[in-house]
Amino acid sequence: MTVAADLADERLVQSKGLGGALDLVWRRLRGGDLGSLPVVIGLIVICAVFYSLDPRFLSSFSLVNILAYAAPIGIISLGIVLVLLLGEIDLSVGSVSGMGAAVMAVLVVKESQSLVLGMAAGVGVGVVVGLVYALLYTKLGIPSFVFSLAGLLGFQGVLLYILGSDGTINLPPNSGLIEFARFSYLTGTAAYVAVALVVALYVAGGLWKVRQRKRADLSAPSLVTLGVKAGLLALGLGWLTWYLGVDRGWSYLFLLFAALVVGMDLMLRRTRWGRHVFAVGGNEEAARRSGVKVGRIYVSVFVLTSTLAALGGVLAAGQQTSVSQATGTTDTNLMAIAAAVIGGTSLFGGRGSAYSAMLGIIVLQAIQSGLNIVGVDSSVRFMVTGAVLLLAVAIDSIARRARSSSGRG
Amino acid sequence: MTSPDLTKTQASPASDRAGRGDPAGSGLALSLSGVGKRFGAVQALSDISMEVAAGEVVALVGDNGAGKSTLVKIIAGVYQPDAGEIRLDGKPVSIAGPRGAQNLGIATVFQDLALCDNLDVVANLFLGRERRQLGVLDEVSMEQEAWRLLRRLSAKIPSVRIPIAALSGGQRQTVAIARSLVGDPGIVILDEPTAALGVAQTAEVLALVRRLRETGLGVILVSHNMSDVLAVADRIEVLRLGRNAASFRAADVSVEQLVAAITGASERDRAERGEAPIGGTQQTKTVDAPAGETS
Repeated sequence: MTVAADLADERLVQSKGLGGALDLVWRRLRGGDLGSLPVVIGLIVICAVFYSLDPRFLSSFSLVNILAYAAPIGIISLGIVLVLLLGEIDLSVGSVSGMGAAVMAVLVVKESQSLVLGMAAGVGVGVVVGLVYALLYTKLGIPSFVFSLAGLLGFQGVLLYILGSDGTINLPPNSGLIEFARFSYLTGTAAYVAVALVVALYVAGGLWKVRQRKRADLSAPSLVTLGVKAGLLALGLGWLTWYLGVDRGWSYLFLLFAALVVGMDLMLRRTRWGRHVFAVGGNEEAARRSGVKVGRIYVSVFVLTSTLAALGGVLAAGQQTSVSQATGTTDTNLMAIAAAVIGGTSLFGGRGSAYSAMLGIIVLQAIQSGLNIVGVDSSVRFMVTGAVLLLAVAIDSIARRARSSSGRG
Repeated sequence: MTSPDLTKTQASPASDRAGRGDPAGSGLALSLSGVGKRFGAVQALSDISMEVAAGEVVALVGDNGAGKSTLVKIIAGVYQPDAGEIRLDGKPVSIAGPRGAQNLGIATVFQDLALCDNLDVVANLFLGRERRQLGVLDEVSMEQEAWRLLRRLSAKIPSVRIPIAALSGGQRQTVAIARSLVGDPGIVILDEPTAALGVAQTAEVLALVRRLRETGLGVILVSHNMSDVLAVADRIEVLRLGRNAASFRAADVSVEQLVAAITGASERDRAERGEAPIGGTQQTKTVDAPAGETS
């Protein structure tokens, strides 16, 4: 058998088949490239602890709720992943989400505009904020920490101002937004068909990649590995669909979040834009000299972050059926930022994944939900969340040291 | 143009440049004459002349502040010269910006390499020039091309899918040089490629420079290291205080002579002894030096 073009170097340790793939994973872990493993282990520990305290924690009802309530903040956190990839930060996502929700609520309830217009305006607020941020960053060179801190304060003021003296605006109960965010679930046959479709797409993508690489005389992952991965995916999603289906099923809100995460992941890994985001986060000067339009990358990322924040705020309003003065305050903000970091996106830029938003927010939501079920005060929740965040960053720092000593950067 | 004995001409990156009327189908010939550059009150370069033929390695040496970097930046399009003319294959050109230099076929590898540590070799090679298929990155084609480039340089990179952070200094230099070849340039400028490298890695990079010459490229090598320069260069241009101080054929010169020309010691000595100065314009035009004796 001829050796594929990319494996010809005799110093390269050959790895073949499923065993080789597992071996590769093990080596990567030992080298400090932990990826999402710490979060997954953390999630398992959290589940075990709360299950032993109260078995209701792992009931279908509880899991459906965890996923549904994780979604809006998860969408905000997805934007945080993007700014973190550039090595920047946006502290104002919570306030922007509240402001977007308030604009939507005021237009729909007080001004009797259509829901579509209200939502568009709410999300549009995010676009505008992002553009202003990008301008402040690229033209004036203000650090993102400072202008987003200003935004955190300022937009919370805007929220209070447009809510006016009432303080709380209830969305009309028959609103399509509430229907979508609160009462729509995918279950039964449709859900299984969707799972089959996802697995089929995964397999098709994998086979396409294998074929392309074989044709180009490059090494390709083995079909056995692909088959095992696809089997695990099908089993996992199928089982979850069944278990969630015992209660209400997959909430539409979570499915939207998942679609955004998968879409963002593909954008980051498979498009020129995503490659440039990582490049700017890794070495901005190198990226600029290579012809990357660094300014545009900053603009696109700041706009996407604020837009996702506003979208998350609008959806959260639908889920809670109202917008109040407390919408999108400190809690939302810090949850969104903590989720991205807990999920494994580095604070220092250039390293992370869209999936870290999903994993991180599920961990945080699981803790919140578990403490609620066990009946602990929210004071404890803040302390636990803080400890988990610290632990996640500590793991990242230790892994970074292992990476630098094993040459994985 | 006396072409060196090219064993790999057919693999030349510029073979598709035959349309430019270059009979050898190889690199570009660059010539500078009377180039000057002034920063405020400082005349950084005055009346610099220099030629690089295809398939030739020209070393640019000089003490700190001699104007090497300024000259390199002018050729790379970072600075615009105040005076003088730059010709490529005999045609006068103006190099408008780094992008313009690249489009003219002049690639520069700066000393700090400018690689993204978090990206893998393929991503770095094609950064800013990604190949796409239906809007999606064409990883397969880029990986194939990456291997082709690295093979041509006989580069020792174990895998193109490991992040740059995992590579040694010499391997990073290799990647940076390979990246300069992605756009099929005719002239490659290497700014201190062996600074901060170990013995074995330096040898690796010097072998790489020879291989660039074998493929018919014109190479400008900026270096402080006299033994490196003597090992690979065909000709050596010495700059001192922003002027051409001397030009040597590498085969005819010793380290002592080079050092003397760089420091200006020889001219002072000769002047003191009442002899005619060496270097300068008297001894320069050795453009068609046969390449290859050092390879």
